[in-house]
Amino acid sequence: MSDQRLFTAALLDPDAPCPTGLTTWNGSDLARRFAVYRNNVVVSLIDALADTFPVTLELVGDEFFRAMAGIFVRAAPPTSALLAEYGEGFPAFIERFEPARSVPYLADVARLELLRVRAFHAADAEPLTPEQVARALADPERLPALRATCHPSLGVLRSRYAVVSLWAAHQGIGDLARVDPFLPESALVVRGGLEVQVIALPPGGDVLIAGFANGLMLGDAAALAASAHADFDLTTPLALLLRHGALCSLN
Amino acid sequence: MTIQSLCQPSARGAPTQRTHPDGLPARAGLGLKTQHFTEILATWPDLGFFEIHAENYLVAGGPFHHYLSRIRDRYPLSIHGVGLSIGAEGPLDIAHLDRLAALLDRYEPRSFSEHLAWSTHGGVFFNDLLPLPYDPTTLTRVCDHIDQTQEHLRRRILLENPATYVEFAASTLDEATFITEIVRRTGCGLLLDVNNAHVSGVNHRRNPQAYIAALPLSEVGEIHLAGFDWDRDAAGAPLLIDTHGAAIAAAVWDLYAFALERLGPTPTLIERDNDIPPLPVLLAEARCAERWIGYARRDRLEASA
Repeated sequence: MSDQRLFTAALLDPDAPCPTGLTTWNGSDLARRFAVYRNNVVVSLIDALADTFPVTLELVGDEFFRAMAGIFVRAAPPTSALLAEYGEGFPAFIERFEPARSVPYLADVARLELLRVRAFHAADAEPLTPEQVARALADPERLPALRATCHPSLGVLRSRYAVVSLWAAHQGIGDLARVDPFLPESALVVRGGLEVQVIALPPGGDVLIAGFANGLMLGDAAALAASAHADFDLTTPLALLLRHGALCSLN
Repeated sequence: MTIQSLCQPSARGAPTQRTHPDGLPARAGLGLKTQHFTEILATWPDLGFFEIHAENYLVAGGPFHHYLSRIRDRYPLSIHGVGLSIGAEGPLDIAHLDRLAALLDRYEPRSFSEHLAWSTHGGVFFNDLLPLPYDPTTLTRVCDHIDQTQEHLRRRILLENPATYVEFAASTLDEATFITEIVRRTGCGLLLDVNNAHVSGVNHRRNPQAYIAALPLSEVGEIHLAGFDWDRDAAGAPLLIDTHGAAIAAAVWDLYAFALERLGPTPTLIERDNDIPPLPVLLAEARCAERWIGYARRDRLEASA
Protein backbone atom coordinates (compact mmCIF):
# COMPACT_ATOMS: atom_id res chain seq x y z
CA MET A 1 0.00 0.00 0.00
CA SER A 2 1.40 3.43 -0.91
CA ASP A 3 2.20 5.97 1.79
CA GLN A 4 -0.53 8.34 0.67
CA ARG A 5 -3.08 5.52 0.51
CA LEU A 6 -2.28 4.65 4.15
CA PHE A 7 -2.49 8.30 5.09
CA THR A 8 -5.87 8.84 3.45
CA ALA A 9 -7.37 5.62 4.82
CA ALA A 10 -6.60 6.91 8.32
CA LEU A 11 -7.94 10.39 7.49
CA LEU A 12 -11.48 9.20 6.86
CA ASP A 13 -11.66 6.42 9.44
CA PRO A 14 -11.64 7.78 13.00
CA ASP A 15 -10.97 4.28 14.37
CA ALA A 16 -8.01 3.56 12.12
CA PRO A 17 -4.57 3.81 13.71
CA CYS A 18 -2.25 6.66 12.77
CA PRO A 19 -0.28 5.97 9.58
CA THR A 20 3.20 4.62 10.21
CA GLY A 21 6.34 6.50 9.30
CA LEU A 22 5.43 9.76 11.02
CA THR A 23 7.55 11.41 13.71
CA THR A 24 7.54 14.38 16.05
CA TRP A 25 10.48 16.25 17.52
CA ASN A 26 9.45 15.45 21.09
CA GLY A 27 8.28 11.87 20.59
CA SER A 28 4.74 12.80 21.65
CA ASP A 29 1.79 10.57 20.74
CA LEU A 30 1.25 11.09 17.01
CA ALA A 31 -2.50 10.54 17.17
CA ARG A 32 -3.00 13.99 18.62
CA ARG A 33 -1.08 15.67 15.81
CA PHE A 34 -2.59 13.49 13.09
CA ALA A 35 -6.01 14.45 14.46
CA VAL A 36 -5.40 17.97 13.14
CA TYR A 37 -5.47 16.60 9.58
CA ARG A 38 -8.48 14.38 10.30
CA ASN A 39 -10.30 17.33 11.74
CA ASN A 40 -9.35 19.69 8.89
CA VAL A 41 -10.62 17.26 6.26
CA VAL A 42 -13.90 16.26 7.87
CA VAL A 43 -14.83 19.63 9.38
CA SER A 44 -14.03 21.59 6.20
CA LEU A 45 -16.18 19.22 4.13
CA ILE A 46 -19.04 19.39 6.64
CA ASP A 47 -18.72 23.18 6.46
CA ALA A 48 -18.94 22.99 2.67
CA LEU A 49 -22.20 21.03 2.97
CA ALA A 50 -23.52 23.47 5.57
CA ASP A 51 -22.87 26.28 3.06
CA THR A 52 -24.74 24.48 0.31
CA PHE A 53 -27.66 23.26 2.47
CA PRO A 54 -28.45 26.06 4.99
CA VAL A 55 -32.22 25.42 5.21
CA THR A 56 -31.71 21.66 5.52
CA LEU A 57 -29.44 22.51 8.45
CA GLU A 58 -32.02 24.82 10.02
CA LEU A 59 -34.72 22.16 9.74
CA VAL A 60 -32.80 19.62 11.83
CA GLY A 61 -30.48 21.86 13.84
CA ASP A 62 -26.72 22.27 13.75
CA GLU A 63 -25.82 19.24 15.86
CA PHE A 64 -27.97 16.77 13.93
CA PHE A 65 -26.92 18.20 10.56
CA ARG A 66 -23.21 18.03 11.35
CA ALA A 67 -23.48 14.46 12.62
CA MET A 68 -25.41 13.42 9.50
CA ALA A 69 -23.05 15.32 7.18
CA GLY A 70 -20.04 13.75 8.91
CA ILE A 71 -21.31 10.26 8.08
CA PHE A 72 -21.93 11.32 4.46
CA VAL A 73 -18.47 12.94 4.16
CA ARG A 74 -16.75 9.75 5.30
CA ALA A 75 -18.90 7.56 3.03
CA ALA A 76 -18.81 9.82 -0.05
CA PRO A 77 -15.91 12.28 0.04
CA PRO A 78 -15.62 14.69 -2.92
CA THR A 79 -14.09 13.48 -6.16
CA SER A 80 -13.26 16.98 -7.39
CA ALA A 81 -11.59 20.08 -5.99
CA LEU A 82 -14.63 22.10 -7.07
CA LEU A 83 -16.45 22.11 -3.74
CA ALA A 84 -19.38 24.07 -5.17
CA GLU A 85 -20.29 20.77 -6.85
CA TYR A 86 -19.94 18.69 -3.69
CA GLY A 87 -23.09 17.20 -2.22
CA GLU A 88 -24.84 15.87 -5.36
CA GLY A 89 -25.49 12.63 -3.50
CA PHE A 90 -26.46 14.25 -0.19
CA PRO A 91 -30.27 14.38 -0.77
CA ALA A 92 -30.40 10.67 -1.68
CA PHE A 93 -28.26 9.94 1.38
CA ILE A 94 -30.68 11.91 3.58
CA GLU A 95 -33.59 9.91 2.15
CA ARG A 96 -31.96 6.68 3.30
CA PHE A 97 -30.72 8.10 6.61
CA GLU A 98 -32.86 6.38 9.24
CA PRO A 99 -32.62 9.05 11.99
CA ALA A 100 -33.95 11.69 9.54
CA ARG A 101 -37.11 9.69 8.72
CA SER A 102 -39.19 11.89 11.05
CA VAL A 103 -38.60 14.81 8.65
CA PRO A 104 -39.79 13.18 5.41
CA TYR A 105 -39.47 16.38 3.36
CA LEU A 106 -35.81 16.96 4.36
CA ALA A 107 -34.35 15.28 1.25
CA ASP A 108 -36.49 17.37 -1.11
CA VAL A 109 -35.52 20.59 0.66
CA ALA A 110 -31.90 19.51 0.14
CA ARG A 111 -32.65 18.86 -3.56
CA LEU A 112 -34.04 22.37 -3.83
CA GLU A 113 -30.91 23.82 -2.22
CA LEU A 114 -28.73 21.86 -4.65
CA LEU A 115 -30.67 23.41 -7.54
CA ARG A 116 -30.11 26.85 -6.02
CA VAL A 117 -26.32 26.39 -5.89
CA ARG A 118 -26.31 25.05 -9.47
CA ALA A 119 -28.36 28.04 -10.61
CA PHE A 120 -26.07 30.44 -8.76
CA HIS A 121 -22.97 29.24 -10.65
CA ALA A 122 -24.64 28.37 -13.98
CA ALA A 123 -23.52 29.98 -17.24
CA ASP A 124 -24.64 33.51 -17.97
CA ALA A 125 -27.23 34.11 -20.69
CA GLU A 126 -29.41 37.04 -21.68
CA PRO A 127 -33.11 36.44 -20.99
CA LEU A 128 -35.68 37.59 -23.54
CA THR A 129 -36.24 41.35 -23.55
CA PRO A 130 -39.83 42.68 -23.29
CA GLU A 131 -39.53 43.74 -26.96
CA GLN A 132 -38.58 40.22 -28.04
CA VAL A 133 -41.46 38.79 -26.02
CA ALA A 134 -43.91 41.28 -27.56
CA ARG A 135 -42.69 40.40 -31.05
CA ALA A 136 -42.94 36.65 -30.42
CA LEU A 137 -46.44 36.88 -28.99
CA ALA A 138 -47.74 39.44 -31.52
CA ASP A 139 -49.23 36.77 -33.75
CA PRO A 140 -51.39 34.32 -31.72
CA GLU A 141 -51.65 32.08 -34.78
CA ARG A 142 -47.92 31.37 -34.65
CA LEU A 143 -47.83 30.75 -30.90
CA PRO A 144 -48.29 26.93 -30.88
CA ALA A 145 -45.38 26.47 -33.30
CA LEU A 146 -42.85 28.45 -31.23
CA ARG A 147 -39.93 26.73 -29.49
CA ALA A 148 -38.46 28.11 -26.28
CA THR A 149 -34.98 27.72 -24.79
CA CYS A 150 -34.60 27.93 -21.04
CA HIS A 151 -31.97 29.91 -19.13
CA PRO A 152 -28.93 27.72 -18.26
CA SER A 153 -29.64 28.28 -14.57
CA LEU A 154 -33.20 26.91 -14.75
CA GLY A 155 -34.06 23.89 -12.65
CA VAL A 156 -37.36 22.29 -11.64
CA LEU A 157 -38.14 20.18 -8.61
CA ARG A 158 -41.42 18.28 -8.43
CA SER A 159 -42.09 17.36 -4.82
CA ARG A 160 -44.68 15.56 -2.73
CA TYR A 161 -43.99 18.19 -0.09
CA ALA A 162 -44.41 21.96 0.20
CA VAL A 163 -40.73 22.59 -0.60
CA VAL A 164 -41.19 26.15 -1.84
CA SER A 165 -43.23 27.25 1.18
CA LEU A 166 -40.84 25.51 3.58
CA TRP A 167 -37.84 27.13 1.94
CA ALA A 168 -39.51 30.55 1.82
CA ALA A 169 -40.49 30.39 5.49
CA HIS A 170 -36.80 29.96 6.30
CA GLN A 171 -36.04 33.15 4.38
CA GLY A 172 -38.48 35.04 6.57
CA ILE A 173 -41.17 34.90 3.85
CA GLY A 174 -44.37 33.49 5.35
CA ASP A 175 -44.95 31.76 8.64
CA LEU A 176 -43.40 28.31 9.08
CA ALA A 177 -46.12 27.35 11.57
CA ARG A 178 -48.74 27.88 8.86
CA VAL A 179 -46.98 25.75 6.25
CA ASP A 180 -48.54 22.33 5.69
CA PRO A 181 -45.43 20.39 4.58
CA PHE A 182 -47.57 17.61 3.06
CA LEU A 183 -49.10 19.74 0.28
CA PRO A 184 -47.27 18.89 -2.97
CA GLU A 185 -45.43 21.76 -4.67
CA SER A 186 -43.25 22.10 -7.72
CA ALA A 187 -40.40 24.58 -7.58
CA LEU A 188 -38.91 26.65 -10.37
CA VAL A 189 -35.34 27.70 -9.62
CA VAL A 190 -33.77 30.31 -11.88
CA ARG A 191 -31.18 33.04 -11.64
CA GLY A 192 -32.35 36.43 -12.83
CA GLY A 193 -29.37 38.79 -12.85
CA LEU A 194 -27.35 37.94 -9.74
CA GLU A 195 -30.18 36.58 -7.59
CA VAL A 196 -31.45 33.01 -7.57
CA GLN A 197 -35.26 32.87 -7.36
CA VAL A 198 -37.32 30.01 -5.95
CA ILE A 199 -40.88 30.13 -7.28
CA ALA A 200 -43.87 27.82 -6.89
CA LEU A 201 -44.96 26.53 -10.29
CA PRO A 202 -48.67 26.35 -11.15
CA PRO A 203 -50.03 22.86 -11.96
CA GLY A 204 -48.52 21.48 -15.16
CA GLY A 205 -45.75 24.08 -15.21
CA ASP A 206 -43.14 21.37 -14.66
CA VAL A 207 -44.48 19.38 -17.63
CA LEU A 208 -44.43 22.47 -19.83
CA ILE A 209 -40.80 23.23 -18.95
CA ALA A 210 -39.78 19.61 -19.51
CA GLY A 211 -41.43 19.90 -22.95
CA PHE A 212 -39.37 23.03 -23.74
CA ALA A 213 -36.21 21.27 -22.61
CA ASN A 214 -37.01 18.37 -24.94
CA GLY A 215 -37.41 20.74 -27.88
CA LEU A 216 -41.19 20.47 -28.17
CA MET A 217 -43.18 23.26 -29.75
CA LEU A 218 -45.22 25.41 -27.37
CA GLY A 219 -48.51 23.89 -28.52
CA ASP A 220 -47.31 20.31 -28.02
CA ALA A 221 -45.73 21.07 -24.64
CA ALA A 222 -48.95 22.76 -23.51
CA ALA A 223 -51.05 19.79 -24.72
CA LEU A 224 -48.84 17.45 -22.73
CA ALA A 225 -49.24 19.62 -19.62
CA ALA A 226 -53.01 19.76 -20.11
CA SER A 227 -53.22 16.00 -20.36
CA ALA A 228 -51.40 15.72 -17.05
CA HIS A 229 -53.42 18.49 -15.35
CA ALA A 230 -57.00 19.10 -16.43
CA ASP A 231 -56.96 22.69 -15.15
CA PHE A 232 -53.72 23.61 -16.94
CA ASP A 233 -53.70 27.11 -18.35
CA LEU A 234 -50.74 28.10 -20.54
CA THR A 235 -50.82 31.83 -19.77
CA THR A 236 -50.01 31.52 -16.06
CA PRO A 237 -46.77 29.47 -16.30
CA LEU A 238 -45.68 31.23 -19.49
CA ALA A 239 -46.10 34.68 -17.92
CA LEU A 240 -44.26 33.48 -14.83
CA LEU A 241 -41.32 32.15 -16.87
CA LEU A 242 -41.08 35.38 -18.85
CA ARG A 243 -41.36 37.58 -15.76
CA HIS A 244 -38.45 35.78 -14.07
CA GLY A 245 -36.19 35.81 -17.11
CA ALA A 246 -36.34 32.02 -17.38
CA LEU A 247 -36.49 31.94 -21.19
CA CYS A 248 -33.71 33.02 -23.52
CA SER A 249 -35.37 32.50 -26.88
CA LEU A 250 -38.85 32.03 -28.31
CA ASN A 251 -38.81 31.41 -32.06
CA MET B 1 9.07 34.09 -24.02
CA THR B 2 9.67 30.54 -22.76
CA ILE B 3 9.31 29.48 -19.18
CA GLN B 4 13.01 28.78 -19.05
CA SER B 5 13.99 32.28 -20.14
CA LEU B 6 11.66 33.76 -17.51
CA CYS B 7 12.98 31.57 -14.81
CA GLN B 8 16.74 31.50 -14.89
CA PRO B 9 17.48 31.51 -11.18
CA SER B 10 19.46 34.60 -10.32
CA ALA B 11 22.66 34.40 -8.30
CA ARG B 12 22.10 33.38 -4.69
CA GLY B 13 23.18 35.48 -1.75
CA ALA B 14 23.04 39.13 -2.69
CA PRO B 15 19.44 40.33 -2.94
CA THR B 16 18.55 41.04 -6.53
CA GLN B 17 15.66 42.68 -8.36
CA ARG B 18 12.98 40.04 -7.95
CA THR B 19 9.90 41.85 -9.15
CA HIS B 20 9.15 40.82 -12.68
CA PRO B 21 7.82 43.71 -14.76
CA ASP B 22 4.49 41.92 -15.01
CA GLY B 23 4.47 40.51 -11.44
CA LEU B 24 2.40 41.75 -8.52
CA PRO B 25 3.23 45.23 -7.25
CA ALA B 26 5.32 45.38 -4.05
CA ARG B 27 2.33 46.39 -1.97
CA ALA B 28 -0.21 44.76 0.34
CA GLY B 29 -3.17 42.84 -1.06
CA LEU B 30 -6.23 41.06 0.29
CA GLY B 31 -7.89 37.74 -0.38
CA LEU B 32 -11.15 38.45 -2.19
CA LYS B 33 -14.09 37.32 -0.07
CA THR B 34 -17.67 37.10 -1.36
CA GLN B 35 -18.85 38.91 1.80
CA HIS B 36 -16.93 41.99 0.62
CA PHE B 37 -17.90 42.04 -3.09
CA THR B 38 -20.39 44.90 -2.96
CA GLU B 39 -18.40 46.97 -0.46
CA ILE B 40 -15.31 46.78 -2.69
CA LEU B 41 -17.33 47.96 -5.69
CA ALA B 42 -18.82 50.78 -3.62
CA THR B 43 -15.56 51.99 -2.03
CA TRP B 44 -12.65 50.81 -4.26
CA PRO B 45 -10.20 50.57 -1.32
CA ASP B 46 -6.58 51.55 -1.93
CA LEU B 47 -4.87 48.15 -2.22
CA GLY B 48 -2.00 46.71 -4.22
CA PHE B 49 -3.88 43.63 -5.45
CA PHE B 50 -6.55 41.03 -4.77
CA GLU B 51 -6.03 37.29 -4.61
CA ILE B 52 -8.60 34.56 -5.29
CA HIS B 53 -8.65 30.82 -4.75
CA ALA B 54 -8.74 29.37 -8.25
CA GLU B 55 -11.13 26.53 -7.41
CA ASN B 56 -13.87 28.90 -6.21
CA TYR B 57 -13.99 30.46 -9.67
CA LEU B 58 -13.98 27.28 -11.75
CA VAL B 59 -17.71 27.74 -12.28
CA ALA B 60 -19.50 28.64 -15.50
CA GLY B 61 -21.03 32.02 -14.65
CA GLY B 62 -23.03 33.93 -12.08
CA PRO B 63 -22.15 36.46 -9.38
CA PHE B 64 -18.59 35.26 -8.69
CA HIS B 65 -17.47 36.05 -12.24
CA HIS B 66 -19.63 39.19 -12.33
CA TYR B 67 -17.84 40.72 -9.35
CA LEU B 68 -14.39 39.35 -10.12
CA SER B 69 -14.45 40.83 -13.65
CA ARG B 70 -15.22 44.27 -12.27
CA ILE B 71 -12.59 44.01 -9.55
CA ARG B 72 -10.04 42.67 -12.04
CA ASP B 73 -10.58 45.80 -14.15
CA ARG B 74 -9.33 47.97 -11.29
CA TYR B 75 -6.73 45.88 -9.43
CA PRO B 76 -3.85 43.54 -10.23
CA LEU B 77 -4.94 39.96 -9.59
CA SER B 78 -3.20 36.96 -8.05
CA ILE B 79 -4.67 33.48 -8.50
CA HIS B 80 -3.86 30.94 -5.82
CA GLY B 81 -4.60 27.26 -6.45
CA VAL B 82 -5.61 25.03 -3.57
CA GLY B 83 -6.57 21.83 -5.39
CA LEU B 84 -3.90 20.82 -7.91
CA SER B 85 -2.25 18.37 -5.50
CA ILE B 86 1.29 18.87 -6.80
CA GLY B 87 2.69 16.47 -4.19
CA ALA B 88 0.33 13.60 -5.07
CA GLU B 89 1.75 10.14 -5.71
CA GLY B 90 -0.59 9.79 -8.67
CA PRO B 91 -0.51 11.81 -11.89
CA LEU B 92 -1.77 15.39 -12.03
CA ASP B 93 -5.40 15.81 -13.07
CA ILE B 94 -5.19 17.07 -16.66
CA ALA B 95 -8.82 18.18 -16.66
CA HIS B 96 -8.05 20.33 -13.62
CA LEU B 97 -4.98 21.80 -15.32
CA ASP B 98 -7.14 22.59 -18.37
CA ARG B 99 -9.68 24.36 -16.18
CA LEU B 100 -6.91 26.35 -14.48
CA ALA B 101 -5.44 27.29 -17.87
CA ALA B 102 -8.84 28.59 -19.01
CA LEU B 103 -9.22 30.64 -15.81
CA LEU B 104 -5.73 32.13 -16.24
CA ASP B 105 -6.48 32.95 -19.89
CA ARG B 106 -9.68 34.67 -18.87
CA TYR B 107 -8.30 36.82 -16.05
CA GLU B 108 -4.60 37.12 -16.93
CA PRO B 109 -3.41 37.30 -13.31
CA ARG B 110 0.00 38.77 -12.46
CA SER B 111 0.79 35.69 -10.40
CA PHE B 112 -0.29 32.07 -10.09
CA SER B 113 0.72 30.03 -7.06
CA GLU B 114 0.19 26.54 -5.64
CA HIS B 115 1.30 24.53 -2.62
CA LEU B 116 4.03 22.11 -1.68
CA ALA B 117 1.42 19.59 -0.54
CA TRP B 118 -1.07 17.05 -1.79
CA SER B 119 -4.85 16.92 -1.45
CA THR B 120 -6.01 14.21 -3.87
CA HIS B 121 -5.50 10.46 -3.80
CA GLY B 122 -7.34 7.64 -5.57
CA GLY B 123 -9.79 10.07 -7.13
CA VAL B 124 -10.81 11.56 -3.78
CA PHE B 125 -10.27 15.23 -2.93
CA PHE B 126 -9.50 15.74 0.77
CA ASN B 127 -9.75 19.54 0.88
CA ASP B 128 -6.65 19.90 3.02
CA LEU B 129 -2.98 20.53 2.32
CA LEU B 130 -1.37 17.26 3.35
CA PRO B 131 2.32 16.84 4.21
CA LEU B 132 5.14 15.21 2.23
CA PRO B 133 8.31 13.35 3.19
CA TYR B 134 11.42 15.20 2.04
CA ASP B 135 13.33 12.46 0.23
CA PRO B 136 14.78 12.08 -3.30
CA THR B 137 11.77 10.13 -4.64
CA THR B 138 9.33 12.81 -3.54
CA LEU B 139 11.63 15.54 -4.83
CA THR B 140 11.71 14.01 -8.32
CA ARG B 141 7.95 13.56 -8.37
CA VAL B 142 7.19 17.10 -7.16
CA CYS B 143 9.62 18.57 -9.71
CA ASP B 144 8.02 16.53 -12.52
CA HIS B 145 4.59 17.81 -11.50
CA ILE B 146 5.81 21.42 -11.35
CA ASP B 147 7.47 21.09 -14.77
CA GLN B 148 4.23 19.70 -16.15
CA THR B 149 2.18 22.48 -14.52
CA GLN B 150 4.43 25.25 -15.82
CA GLU B 151 4.37 23.79 -19.32
CA HIS B 152 0.62 23.29 -19.29
CA LEU B 153 -0.10 26.77 -17.94
CA ARG B 154 2.71 28.30 -20.02
CA ARG B 155 3.92 30.36 -17.07
CA ARG B 156 6.16 30.29 -14.05
CA ILE B 157 4.34 29.37 -10.87
CA LEU B 158 5.12 30.31 -7.28
CA LEU B 159 5.28 27.40 -4.83
CA GLU B 160 4.15 27.96 -1.23
CA ASN B 161 6.00 26.50 1.76
CA PRO B 162 3.64 24.42 3.93
CA ALA B 163 2.36 24.51 7.51
CA THR B 164 2.69 20.99 8.90
CA TYR B 165 1.83 19.12 12.10
CA VAL B 166 3.84 15.92 11.65
CA GLU B 167 7.18 15.01 10.09
CA PHE B 168 8.24 11.85 8.23
CA ALA B 169 10.83 9.36 9.40
CA ALA B 170 11.69 8.88 5.71
CA SER B 171 12.78 12.52 5.24
CA THR B 172 16.47 12.82 4.35
CA LEU B 173 16.46 16.54 3.53
CA ASP B 174 15.33 19.48 5.61
CA GLU B 175 12.41 21.47 4.21
CA ALA B 176 14.45 24.51 3.13
CA THR B 177 16.93 22.33 1.24
CA PHE B 178 14.05 20.42 -0.37
CA ILE B 179 12.42 23.68 -1.53
CA THR B 180 15.73 25.16 -2.70
CA GLU B 181 16.32 22.08 -4.83
CA ILE B 182 12.79 22.30 -6.34
CA VAL B 183 13.39 25.93 -7.29
CA ARG B 184 16.79 25.10 -8.79
CA ARG B 185 15.47 22.19 -10.84
CA THR B 186 12.16 23.64 -12.05
CA GLY B 187 12.82 27.37 -12.17
CA CYS B 188 9.59 27.98 -10.24
CA GLY B 189 9.37 30.91 -7.85
CA LEU B 190 8.52 30.93 -4.16
CA LEU B 191 5.48 32.12 -2.30
CA LEU B 192 6.91 32.66 1.17
CA ASP B 193 4.14 32.05 3.69
CA VAL B 194 5.57 33.67 6.80
CA ASN B 195 2.77 32.33 8.96
CA ASN B 196 3.48 28.79 7.76
CA ALA B 197 7.18 29.29 8.54
CA HIS B 198 6.24 30.33 12.08
CA VAL B 199 3.62 27.59 12.57
CA SER B 200 5.91 24.83 11.29
CA GLY B 201 8.82 26.31 13.26
CA VAL B 202 6.91 26.07 16.53
CA ASN B 203 5.37 22.67 15.67
CA HIS B 204 8.73 21.07 14.84
CA ARG B 205 10.90 23.22 17.07
CA ARG B 206 12.99 24.66 14.31
CA ASN B 207 14.18 28.22 14.09
CA PRO B 208 11.90 30.01 11.59
CA GLN B 209 14.49 32.76 10.94
CA ALA B 210 17.15 30.20 10.04
CA TYR B 211 14.55 28.41 7.90
CA ILE B 212 13.68 31.58 5.96
CA ALA B 213 17.33 32.55 5.59
CA ALA B 214 18.03 29.12 4.06
CA LEU B 215 15.37 29.51 1.35
CA PRO B 216 16.23 30.83 -2.15
CA LEU B 217 14.97 34.30 -1.24
CA SER B 218 15.87 35.86 -4.58
CA GLU B 219 13.03 33.81 -6.11
CA VAL B 220 10.27 34.99 -3.71
CA GLY B 221 7.48 36.60 -5.73
CA GLU B 222 4.92 37.02 -2.94
CA ILE B 223 4.50 36.75 0.82
CA HIS B 224 1.47 35.43 2.70
CA LEU B 225 0.55 36.58 6.22
CA ALA B 226 -2.23 34.95 8.23
CA GLY B 227 -3.44 34.06 11.70
CA PHE B 228 -3.29 30.71 13.51
CA ASP B 229 -4.94 28.91 16.41
CA TRP B 230 -3.27 27.54 19.53
CA ASP B 231 -3.39 23.93 20.61
CA ARG B 232 -1.08 21.52 22.43
CA ASP B 233 0.28 18.14 21.38
CA ALA B 234 0.03 15.01 23.53
CA ALA B 235 3.18 16.00 25.44
CA GLY B 236 1.84 19.48 26.17
CA ALA B 237 4.11 21.21 23.66
CA PRO B 238 2.54 24.07 21.67
CA LEU B 239 0.91 22.96 18.43
CA LEU B 240 -0.12 25.82 16.16
CA ILE B 241 -2.92 25.30 13.65
CA ASP B 242 -2.85 27.23 10.38
CA THR B 243 -6.50 28.35 10.33
CA HIS B 244 -6.46 31.68 8.46
CA GLY B 245 -9.14 32.49 10.99
CA ALA B 246 -7.57 35.10 13.26
CA ALA B 247 -5.62 38.35 13.24
CA ILE B 248 -1.93 38.09 12.31
CA ALA B 249 0.08 37.34 15.47
CA ALA B 250 2.88 39.60 16.75
CA ALA B 251 5.43 36.82 16.26
CA VAL B 252 4.43 36.58 12.59
CA TRP B 253 4.74 40.35 12.10
CA ASP B 254 8.25 40.12 13.62
CA LEU B 255 9.18 37.28 11.30
CA TYR B 256 7.73 39.28 8.38
CA ALA B 257 10.00 42.21 9.26
CA PHE B 258 12.94 39.80 9.38
CA ALA B 259 12.01 38.43 5.93
CA LEU B 260 11.52 41.89 4.39
CA GLU B 261 14.97 42.98 5.61
CA ARG B 262 16.41 40.26 3.41
CA LEU B 263 13.90 40.48 0.55
CA GLY B 264 13.32 44.18 0.14
CA PRO B 265 9.81 45.38 -0.77
CA THR B 266 7.69 42.33 -1.64
CA PRO B 267 4.00 41.88 -2.59
CA THR B 268 2.25 40.74 0.60
CA LEU B 269 -1.14 39.11 0.99
CA ILE B 270 -3.28 39.33 4.11
CA GLU B 271 -4.85 35.87 4.00
CA ARG B 272 -8.12 35.38 5.84
CA ASP B 273 -10.42 32.48 5.00
CA ASN B 274 -12.38 31.80 8.20
CA ASP B 275 -14.28 34.02 10.63
CA ILE B 276 -14.11 36.76 8.00
CA PRO B 277 -14.19 40.17 9.71
CA PRO B 278 -15.56 43.39 8.19
CA LEU B 279 -13.43 44.73 5.32
CA PRO B 280 -11.96 47.66 7.34
CA VAL B 281 -10.36 45.19 9.79
CA LEU B 282 -8.48 43.51 6.93
CA LEU B 283 -7.63 46.87 5.35
CA ALA B 284 -6.00 47.89 8.64
CA GLU B 285 -3.81 44.75 8.50
CA ALA B 286 -2.96 45.58 4.88
CA ARG B 287 -1.91 49.11 5.91
CA CYS B 288 0.30 47.61 8.60
CA ALA B 289 2.00 45.40 5.99
CA GLU B 290 2.43 48.43 3.72
CA ARG B 291 4.23 50.29 6.51
CA TRP B 292 6.73 47.41 6.73
CA ILE B 293 7.09 47.38 2.95
CA GLY B 294 7.75 51.13 3.15
CA TYR B 295 10.53 50.60 5.71
CA ALA B 296 12.05 47.93 3.48
CA ARG B 297 11.95 50.31 0.49
CA ARG B 298 13.60 53.09 2.50
CA ASP B 299 16.31 50.74 3.79
CA ARG B 300 17.03 49.64 0.23
CA LEU B 301 17.30 53.25 -0.95
CA GLU B 302 19.61 54.19 1.92
CA ALA B 303 21.78 51.15 1.29
CA SER B 304 22.15 52.02 -2.38
CA ALA B 305 22.74 55.77 -1.75
